[in-house]
Order: sequence, then C-alpha cells, then structure tokens
Amino acid sequence: MKKLILIKYGELSTKKGNIKMFINKLYQNINDKLKGEQFHIKKDLNRIYLILEKANEEIVINKLKEIFGIHKIVIAYKIDSDFDTIKEKVLTLCKKYSFQTFKVETKRANKNFPINSMEVNKLIGAYILQNISNIKVNVHQPDLLLKIEIRDNGTYIYTDEISGLGGYPVGIQGKGLLMLSGGIDSPVAGFLSIKRGISIDCIYFESPPHTSIEAKEKVIKLAQILNQYDGNINLHIVPFTKIQEAIYKNIDPSYIITIMRRMMYRISAQLLEKINGYALINGESIGQVASQTLTSMVAINSVTNIPVIRPVACFDKLEIINLAKKIGTYDTSILPYEDCCTIFVPEHPVINPNTKKCNDLELNFDYQKLINECLSNIETINIKALTVNDYQDLL
Amino acid sequence: MIYLDYSATTPVNEEVLNTFNKVCRNYIGNPNSLHQLGKEANKLMNEATKQIANLLKVKESEIIYTSGATESNNLALKGVAFFYKNRGKHIITTKLEHASIKETLNYLEKQGFNISYVNLLDNGLVDLSHLKSLITKDTILVSICYVDSEIGLKQPIMEIGRLLKAYSKVIFHVDGTQAVGKININLENVDLFSFSAHKFYGLKGIGCLIKKENIELEPIIHGGKSNTIYRSGTPTLPLIISLAKALRLSFENLEIKYQKVLKLNQKIKKELKKYSEITINSNEYSIPHILNISLNQIKPETFIRAMEKHEIYFSTKSACSLLDTFSTSLLALNKNEQEAATSIRISLSYLTTEQEIEQFLTFFAKEYQALNLKKREE
Repeated sequence: MKKLILIKYGELSTKKGNIKMFINKLYQNINDKLKGEQFHIKKDLNRIYLILEKANEEIVINKLKEIFGIHKIVIAYKIDSDFDTIKEKVLTLCKKYSFQTFKVETKRANKNFPINSMEVNKLIGAYILQNISNIKVNVHQPDLLLKIEIRDNGTYIYTDEISGLGGYPVGIQGKGLLMLSGGIDSPVAGFLSIKRGISIDCIYFESPPHTSIEAKEKVIKLAQILNQYDGNINLHIVPFTKIQEAIYKNIDPSYIITIMRRMMYRISAQLLEKINGYALINGESIGQVASQTLTSMVAINSVTNIPVIRPVACFDKLEIINLAKKIGTYDTSILPYEDCCTIFVPEHPVINPNTKKCNDLELNFDYQKLINECLSNIETINIKALTVNDYQDLL
Repeated sequence: MIYLDYSATTPVNEEVLNTFNKVCRNYIGNPNSLHQLGKEANKLMNEATKQIANLLKVKESEIIYTSGATESNNLALKGVAFFYKNRGKHIITTKLEHASIKETLNYLEKQGFNISYVNLLDNGLVDLSHLKSLITKDTILVSICYVDSEIGLKQPIMEIGRLLKAYSKVIFHVDGTQAVGKININLENVDLFSFSAHKFYGLKGIGCLIKKENIELEPIIHGGKSNTIYRSGTPTLPLIISLAKALRLSFENLEIKYQKVLKLNQKIKKELKKYSEITINSNEYSIPHILNISLNQIKPETFIRAMEKHEIYFSTKSACSLLDTFSTSLLALNKNEQEAATSIRISLSYLTTEQEIEQFLTFFAKEYQALNLKKREE
C-alpha cells in the first residue's frame, strides 16, 4: 500500500477550455509553497498526487490548507486494481479506526474493471462485516466512510477528506493592489481577492512622525500573514506626511478625509500601472464610516476609472471580524497603533461629499507635485524575502 | 558509554547549541529595550514564539517562558490555585505525577486546598468515571501528566479534556514534559501545558507554560513585564531561540524516530521477558521511550553501580525522586512492595543504536547473574 496525498480541484473542474492553465498554476503554487520539503508531485486532469519522502505529513497538509484552488486534501493509499487486493487493503485500512457504523462508496472511473461500483460496495461491505465484529452498515451517517476510486492508473482507497480553501489558484487573474491599513477590514479584503486568483501587492501610507514605527511593523506583519496565502506579496510604503500636512493646512476640515482618500486613490492608481496590475482592492464597507457611504465612494472614486474591488463592501462588521479571526489577521489588526487615517480626524467629516466641491478645494494646493514626490520615494519590501531569509539559520 | 537515561535529560543537539552561541554573540540587546538593539532582539524573540506557537497549534500570546518544567508546573498549579481560590479549593491529580507536581500540591494542601487522587485502571490509565465522580462544585483544577516519567504511560488526554469541557469551572493542566518531542501531542482540550527543552535535545534552564487565552494566573515571580505579565525576568533570548529550534527539530520525522525507538524497546523487552524474576512494569500504553522494570531480587542502586562500571547509565524510578523510597507510581498500579522498591527505568532515544542495546543486554545478563542472591543460594 503506497501512501500518498490526493489533491482534488474545486471550481477548477468547471473551467472547460482553460482547465490546463488552472491546473498548471495550482501545480506551480503547490511546488512554491512546499519548497524545501522532500516530495514527489504529479498532476493529471483529475488530481494532483503528492508522495512524501522525508517531508512531515502534518506540516505539508497545513501548508496545503493555505493554498487556494484546492477543494479537498485526501490521505490515500494506492493499490493495484485487482478485486482481492482491494478487499484486503480496505480491510487493513478499516482496522486502523474504531467505529460502529460504516459505508463503502466506490467510484469506477476505469470502466474496464469487471465489477460495477454498486457491486463493489456490496461485496466489500460484506467482507468487512465478516471480518470485524460488532459493526453495522449505515449509509446515511456512517462513523467511517470508506472511499474506493478505481482509476486507469490504479485504485485509491481512503477515509478522511480534509477541506481545502477552495477558490482559484493565486495569480490566475494577474495582479491587484490592496490598500492595506492597519485595520481589520483591509486584510480580509486582501484575503478574499487572493481567493479569487488575484495575486496582490499592498500599498500602505505612512505619516511619520505622526504614525509610529510600530504601526508600520504591524502592517508588515499583516502582509506576512496574507503572504501565507499569496506567496509573493510586495509591500509598497508611501511617505504620506507632506500631503497630509498640506491637506490639513489647505482644506475645509469636513473634507479632509474625503480629499485624503482621493489622494490615496490617485497614488494607488499610478502605482498600479507601474506594477502592471489591473485593479485596486480595499476594505471599504458600505456605511461603516463617513468616507464609506455610497455618496463618498462616488466623490472619492471619481479620481480614477480603474476598477476598485471592495470585497467586504456588503459584510457586517461582525462578519468581517469573524473572517479576520479565521485567517489569523485579527489579533494583529487590533494592536493599538495609530495609522494615517486616524490622525487629523475632523470632528464632523462630511457624509455626503460633493465631487465638484472636492475638485474646487483641491485647487488650493499643488497636489500633483506632492504625489509625484510620494511616488518616487516609495519603499518596497518583498515580504517573501523577509520571511525566508530572516533568522532561518537560527530557528 | 551507553546512555539509557534520556528521560532524565538529553544531550544537546549540536545545531541547537550553535544557535545558542550565535544568539549570545550577535543579539546582545534586551528584547524590552526601546532602541535598535532591543528591537532586533525583540523581533527575533517574536519569530521564535511564532514558530513555537505554530508547532504546538496555540497562539503566540499563550506562551509563557519559564526556567523549565518544574517552574511551569509550579506556576500552573499555584497560579490557578491562588487566582481562583474564591471559586473553590479542590484539586484533582494522579499518583503518577512528577515531584514538581506532587510537592507543589503538598504545599497547596498546607495552604488549605484539598487534593484528590483519581484512580487508575488496571492498565494504568486514568479511570474516567472515577474522575467524573470526584468533581464537585469546589473543583477548580485537574492536573494529569501526558506521559508519566516512571512508567511512560500515555494518558488519554484528549478524552479527559473532552470530559472536563462539560465543567466550565474546572481548569485542565497537563504536564507534557515526557511527551513533547516523542509523540504527537494535541492541546485542543487542554488549558495549561508544561514542558522543558532539555528533554528534547535542547538546553537546560528553559521551558514553557502554555496558557490558553481564557485562563488567568496569579504570577509567582513578580517584576517588570517580560514576555508576559505572568512571569517576570529579562527574557533569556538565547535560551528561548534555542528552545524554538530544538522543538522544530524534535517535530521532524517524529514517526520515523518513534518507530526506531519502538523497535529497540521491543528488542529489550523480548530479552528481559526471559528473566522469570523480573517484572516488566511498562505496558502497551507506555511510550516505547520509557521501559520500567522491577528487578525484585536485586537492589536497584546496587545494580546501577554494577552497570556503571561498564559505562552504562540508567535510573531508578525517575531521576528526580528520592532514593530508598517506594515508587508511588508503581504502588498506584497495584504492584507489590518488592516491585515498587526495586524498579529501574531504561529510557531510550532515536539516537540509541542496536549495538548499544545488544551490549547493554550482554552486561545486564552478566551483572544480573552475579548479583542475584537468590540464585546463588540455590
């Protein structure tokens, strides 16, 4: 019995024409994620097969659980497609578990196999009943579900299926730029866009000395967590102090936030072009704060016609929090460091800003010069390089 | 030299020692200092904590660094007892526990806490229905070792934890000192968990107490905020980093290493079964790393000295127990007094070789024949 890990594709199998491209991407992503482990990998149209050599099964499975495009992860045994072998090996597998009820489920993809799947279920079920005492068949809610897949290249038997993350392989949709603050929402928005196959970079606006080094480190940490799912995130840190101070000096207090967001959108849109991305992503949630009302979105979004994706737009705060906890960003997000959106907050920010008024107010200062200055002073951190090189020899 | 006392302590792994040396030299800052050197040290410490958290599947904030398992056990038991004393004063444990549990509970008994001992089944595992019957409204804590240091019995921690989940006021502490690095551990239903690095080829002087988020503790060492508010003192950065490394290495190829030890254990057992006067105390629930036997006809100290001449080293009972007393663990397992007074513990590692075992068995036979007084009289 040769032990291996089967990886089942999720939504990929609905993609008729492009399925090969999807599988190749997933195959590449798995290889990247498991770099450093010792294993064999093979792919075909139905599955990816992993044979672990010296790699630790648990570590590998935990890593697979962070890869999008995987529907199920199965620890299976490959055996010969010969009925007597199947019978014996399924019994051996059964004996590893303690259970009272069971069910056999057979899939006969290889139609040359002489016994049909219903018949295999019956015969194997009977054989198990003969050999293990005090157990029963239960087809609705069995303690133990035994799966037999008879395929052209052999037969696979297994019991447990571990759920993967679903979604599409990262990178299949090209690049997007996530506007990452230190809050709860934007990392979740990033996660959800990675899920649909977008490979992300992150942009963060810092305003030292108003914002602290800890706030920046917090964002780096959030990017590191997101990178577990993405694998190749660059974090672009924009020095935003001068623009923010200029806005504070020149703009009607109630419009400060609206104009600040417009500047951020402009900078993000220009950076997106530089990194050959297709869409901006952010954590805006409709109505959550003054700058996230629909009318605010109109006023802010009008500075660019690049698509802006807001994955959590229609989520309640609690739904976002739950997701943040699940993906592991919550504990970091709630660390109490000020980011540039929480300094210079007016007492009464405008809830329904007017686009024309925004345009007029912006005539008060030469923002284009300041934006250019921002763009040429961006600090870019490759998150992967950060995680891999640091301390590897020590830990 | 043939070292068969790995459950007392293990030799440090060379890579772990290198890490220790490098961190001592290159990271001189106090992780709590605000300047650059402090920050670098702090960052490294956080990475180590993250690694430990990932390996044990707990949160980073749930890790408290201590000087070793004895301190972890003290902090867990006293910390819970003193923090929750208004909730109740009843604590349940087993007769298999290490001295650092036993003595701490004796101390707490003097402070007015009531200690109950849960029965063991014939196979040495905790009697779950008895445990259930011991729990009262006054019970605040249950402390049970994952694997005991004398007989090596692996307790059904998952099931005990599941049972205790039904009692929201009862906190579950597990002493995992003999389990970590040897077997797969699962902390899902455990509230507090102690271990020490020197049992898995790390350095002496560093251990952890895992404390789940929702549990509170009264600190026993007071001072400034260290890694956590539960244990003060300058973080011992080089030791912490070396622990993270030792833990990672010990988790590698766990199954392969386990199988190797199992094979060695079976080889010894098979041979020792031939001695009609020897009782093998470890059973099928014991981890293969620990093999406890009673010599019956020979005083264990005499036998240890005799084997020492051949540079073969193992322990009577566990290395931390007092000499010349009965093994309470063995008595708890219904062994007779002779058996409880003449036990030795052979503890194995994946580093142990077959040749070492063969040599051990040869000298064992020789010295056993020479010292077995009963045989001589006949």
